[in-house]
Amino acid sequence: MIHQTAALTADLLGKDPGWLILVKSLLVFIFLVVMVLLAIWGERRVVARMQMRLGPNRVGPFGLLQGLADGVKLALKEDIIPKAADRVVFVLAPIIAATTCFMSFAVIPMTGEVSLFGHKTAFQLTDLSVGVLYILSIASVGVYGIVLAGWSSGSTYPLLGALRSSAQVISYEVAMGLSLVAVFLYSGSMSTSDIVASQDKWWYAIVLFPSFIIYTISMVGETNRAPFDLAEAEGELVGGFHTEYSSLKFALFFLAEYVNVLTVSALATTLFLGGYRALPGLGFTELWLGGWFTFIWFFVKLIAFFFFFIWLRGTLPRLRYDQFMKFGWKILIPVSLLWTVIVATLRAMSLEGASTAVVVGFTGGIVLILLLIASLFESAKRKAEVALDSGVSEKPYFAVPQLPMSVSTFRVPTAPNHADPPAGGN
Amino acid sequence: MMSEDVVKRPEASLETAGEESELVPNDGVASLAKQSRGFGVTFATMFKKPGTEQYPEEKVPTAPRFHGRHQLNRHPDGLEKCIGCELCAWACPADAIYVEGAENTEEERFSPGERFGRVYQINYLRCIFCGLCIEACPTRALTMTNEYELADDSRRKLIFEKEDLLAPLRVGMVAPPHDMYPGTRERDYYRGKITEADPSQGEIVGTASSEVTP
Repeated sequence: MIHQTAALTADLLGKDPGWLILVKSLLVFIFLVVMVLLAIWGERRVVARMQMRLGPNRVGPFGLLQGLADGVKLALKEDIIPKAADRVVFVLAPIIAATTCFMSFAVIPMTGEVSLFGHKTAFQLTDLSVGVLYILSIASVGVYGIVLAGWSSGSTYPLLGALRSSAQVISYEVAMGLSLVAVFLYSGSMSTSDIVASQDKWWYAIVLFPSFIIYTISMVGETNRAPFDLAEAEGELVGGFHTEYSSLKFALFFLAEYVNVLTVSALATTLFLGGYRALPGLGFTELWLGGWFTFIWFFVKLIAFFFFFIWLRGTLPRLRYDQFMKFGWKILIPVSLLWTVIVATLRAMSLEGASTAVVVGFTGGIVLILLLIASLFESAKRKAEVALDSGVSEKPYFAVPQLPMSVSTFRVPTAPNHADPPAGGN
Repeated sequence: MMSEDVVKRPEASLETAGEESELVPNDGVASLAKQSRGFGVTFATMFKKPGTEQYPEEKVPTAPRFHGRHQLNRHPDGLEKCIGCELCAWACPADAIYVEGAENTEEERFSPGERFGRVYQINYLRCIFCGLCIEACPTRALTMTNEYELADDSRRKLIFEKEDLLAPLRVGMVAPPHDMYPGTRERDYYRGKITEADPSQGEIVGTASSEVTP
C-alpha cells in the first residue's frame, strides 16, 4: 500500500510540465519569505506576551509589517566589509547560508493530491527517493555558510562563534540522523512523501516517541536557536559568526536562520506528525477544497512546531557550552543509538514473522536491562553523595566561607585552645 | 592529622555556638517535572495582562514625588524665592547647576531681602535628578516638577536658563522687578504673611488688560 502511494506522488510530480515546476518553486519561495516575515513578528509578539509585554505593534495592523520594516531598515544600512576580511569568501558565505536553507524545502510535501492551474499534482517541488538524506546533506552544506562567514571576517569573535556553531550543528546532526533511522526502518523509505503516506494510521510521534523527542531536541541544536544559541551568546561572543556583517548580508543570515527553523519544523511535521494528513478521525477533511485543505493541516502543524521553538526561547536559559556538548555526545547519541538498535530488532522480528511471545519477551528484556542500568546509576550516585558528605563533615579549624548549597555549616572556635568541652556536651 | 596547638572543638558546641542560620537544602539535580515547571509559567503569562504603557498616546501620570524637571518658585506676590546663595550648586554631585547671585536694589528688586539669583542654569545633560539641590535650598525656591519629557536634539537646548525654570506667573502676581509688599519686611515673606500682590507693586496678572505670561 505504501509503495502504491509513493509511486502515486512520484508519478504525479513526474508529470509536471516545466512551467508548473517554475510556478511551484516560486510559490515555495514566496511562502517561505512571507512566513519568515510573519515568523519574526510572531516570535517577537509571543515572546513578549510570555514576558508580559506587548511586542511590536506599531508597523501595520497589530505590527504585522514589523518584519518587512526590519528588512527595509537592514537594506538601507551601510554595507561594511572589514579590511581584514577575505572579500570573496565574506560575500559568498551569506549567499551559501541563504540558498541552502531554501533548497531543503523542495522535498517537503505540503499537500496531498491537488489541482494547480488545471494540473493534477501535489504541492511539493520534487520527490526524491532519498529525500530526507537530501535535507540532511543540504543542512550540512549550510554549515559552510557559518564557518566561512566566521573565518573570512578576519576577527576573533566571529571565528570562535563559527567554530562553536559548526561544532554544534555537526554534533547534533549525528543525533538527528540517528533519530531518523527509526523512521526509515518503520516506513521502509527515505522519501518524504512515502513517509507521510505511511503514517495513515499512527503518527511516528506516537509509535517512535523516543525518536521524536531526540529529533525535537537535536533540531533546536541544529538551528542554533535558544536555549542552544551558543553561537550567538551575546555576553560571550558579541554576535557570533555574523558579528562583522551588516546590511543585506546580515539580513541573509537572519533569513537563513528563520528559514532553517521552518525547515526543521516542516521536516518534523513530515516525519513525525503525519505531514499534511489530518488529525486522526478527521480524514474526511483531506478532500475539502479540492485537497488544498491538507495544506491547512500542514500549516497548523508547522505553526505548532514554530510555537514550540518560541516557547523554548521564552522559557529556558542558554546552556553552557561544555554542558551542551556533553549532552549531545554523551546522552543524545548513545540513547538514540540504543533506541535504533531496539527498533531495528523489533522491526526485523515483525518482518520475519516472530511470534508475539518473542516480541513481548524481547521488549520485557530491554525494559529490565534499562531498569537495571538505571538502578546501578542510582546506587553509584548515592555512593558518590555519601563520599561527598563524609568529606564535608571533616570540619576545618580555620575560617572558610560557607560552601554554596551545603547543608552542613562550619563554625570557627572563638579561641584556638578552647580545650574543655562545655558542660552537658555530647 | 592536626598540629598540637589546634585543639579539636567538641561536637556539642556546634549546636550551642551562635545563632542557627537558615540553609536551603541541596537535593541535587531537580527532577524533570520540577525543571519543566518553567514552561507552565511562560505559557500562563501569555494570558496575563501586559504591563506595557502606550507611552506617547497614553501618558500615565508619574508618582506624585517623581523627580522631574526643576522649577524656581515665586512668592505669592510674584517675587522670586531664589536668593542666589548657590547652596544648590554646591550640593549638586553632578555639577549641573550654575548660579550667579546679585544684589537687589530699591529700583530693581527681584526677591525679598538682599540678593537674588541673577543667572541660574541647570545642565540637564549632567543632572542625575537626585534631588540633593532641593534638600539644600534654604528658601524652597527650588523644587522639582513631575515633567519628564526632557529629550532634545542639541546640547545647548538642554542647558535650561532661569526663564526656562521659573514658575509661571499666576493670577494675583506681579511680574518682578517690583517692590516688596508695602509695609512688610523680608521675614514676613517667610512667615506666610504675604498672600497676594498689592496694586501698588505693579500690574497684577489676571486683572485689567494684562495676560498670563509663562
